[in-house]
Amino acid sequence: MQDVAVVSFAQSTSFAPDPLRNEVELLLPVMNEAVERSGIPKKEIGFTVSGSCDYLAGAPFSFVSALDAVGAWPPIIESHVEMDGAWALYEAWVRLQVSDIDSALVYAFGKSSIGDTNEILTLQHDPYYVAPLWPDPVSIAALQARALLESDGYSESDLANIVARSHKSAMSNSSAQRTSETSVEQLLSAPYTVSPLREHDCPPVSDGAAAVVLATGDLARRISERPAWIAGIDHRIDSHSLGARDLTSSPSAALAARNAGANQGPVDVAELHAQFSHEELILRRAIGLDNGTAFNPSGGPLCANPIMATGLIRIGEAASRIMDGSASRAVAHASSGPCLQQNLVCVLEARDG
Amino acid sequence: MTEPRTEPVRKIRTPIRLDYTMTAGEAQSLFLRQIANGKIFGQRCPECEKVYVPPRGSCPTCGIATRDEVELADQGTVTTFCIVNIPFAGAAVEVPYVCASVLLDGADITLFHLVQEVPVDEVRMGMRVEAVWVPPEERGPTLQSIKHFRPTGEPDAPYDAYKDRM
Repeated sequence: MQDVAVVSFAQSTSFAPDPLRNEVELLLPVMNEAVERSGIPKKEIGFTVSGSCDYLAGAPFSFVSALDAVGAWPPIIESHVEMDGAWALYEAWVRLQVSDIDSALVYAFGKSSIGDTNEILTLQHDPYYVAPLWPDPVSIAALQARALLESDGYSESDLANIVARSHKSAMSNSSAQRTSETSVEQLLSAPYTVSPLREHDCPPVSDGAAAVVLATGDLARRISERPAWIAGIDHRIDSHSLGARDLTSSPSAALAARNAGANQGPVDVAELHAQFSHEELILRRAIGLDNGTAFNPSGGPLCANPIMATGLIRIGEAASRIMDGSASRAVAHASSGPCLQQNLVCVLEARDG
Repeated sequence: MTEPRTEPVRKIRTPIRLDYTMTAGEAQSLFLRQIANGKIFGQRCPECEKVYVPPRGSCPTCGIATRDEVELADQGTVTTFCIVNIPFAGAAVEVPYVCASVLLDGADITLFHLVQEVPVDEVRMGMRVEAVWVPPEERGPTLQSIKHFRPTGEPDAPYDAYKDRM
């Protein structure tokens, strides 16, 4: 296997709505920042791949205009996934295994604020039986949260604890949109959005972009003092039929974590793509993480959720902890689809020499 | 109990409508605000110095932000065109009419617009044209502030003058 590492990461400050900038203008400074930090001249990057969603952008082939930010002349080798940028990173990792190139640029962007995500995300469901009912994502997540609370001895306080910790952690993240120091009691006094979920149990609407530069073996060692090596990466999917799933567990996350080798060593930091507070409980168990791990030190998706970039940001945040020396081994997780249907797990580690 | 229907379901209708509030972006907002004033603004790439109109905020060749604003003439050269002979519902002009790529003087990419006030079979590559604006009180942040382009009567521009900016 070709050794691949994250060597740089950049993200925009999440907020919404951004009334001035379009997607390309959001993306351009972030992408250039990631490339500059990597030290690799932009024209020498071997592969470029992006993640975005036409439904979110409200335009067909919206990713094509984003190439204006890349500088695609002379022609570059480029690809796109209609998925969160974490899956674009997976494609880049696969592409780098061919070993004829030694670097890749991965980016993702989304302006959730221009449409109604409660309607747009409904269209992820199967188009015959579920999507025509227009079940909004908060209601669907609340079904899962309710199933979890009633089957596993968790309480709403457990959810509030996750929110309180996330908001507090986000205070040290300049890209976060929601930050606060709020007690569990205060959180529990808020009204329900859809029982048992309150507004703070749900992600904010965020406009944003993120970019990651990957490099292989010698190049990574040359340009980065402490590359975040990808020790394992895998993604798996559960049935699209919610009725065919036990919503209190995530077999696909568990399988991806096992294949990525998440438990082959201590995990200092886990950045989990838990868009709703209860999802963190399901993911911790599926991936096999205990309290020795720092969860979402960035604040996580509860504090900034630029859809299509949120998963890539998890990998970037986890890698940043490795690169800055505050962690030696980290797990990044990305998710897609309703109720954690599809899951990607990426294990990152520091290596000597 | 009624007998289950054995006729298979072959088709369902599931109407979908999504509404968006699009953002023109900083660069195109500049263009739209100025065209409401009867002016055409583009942006110049600081690296390759190409002038883009309407500007999109970045140079697609260099992949860097374009910040320098450039006011362009409302005259230019037809680089290519087509004669539309097929009417469609809601069309603002009668067939046959000409849609043309107009390379404004000072710009490096063309603007797509109508060429009128000339028989369609006389429109040609290299033809010099100028913008015909709608009256000031009717102008707004839209390309329709320019009604169409029309010939200036100047000699045609030589092919070499625009062949790299088709």
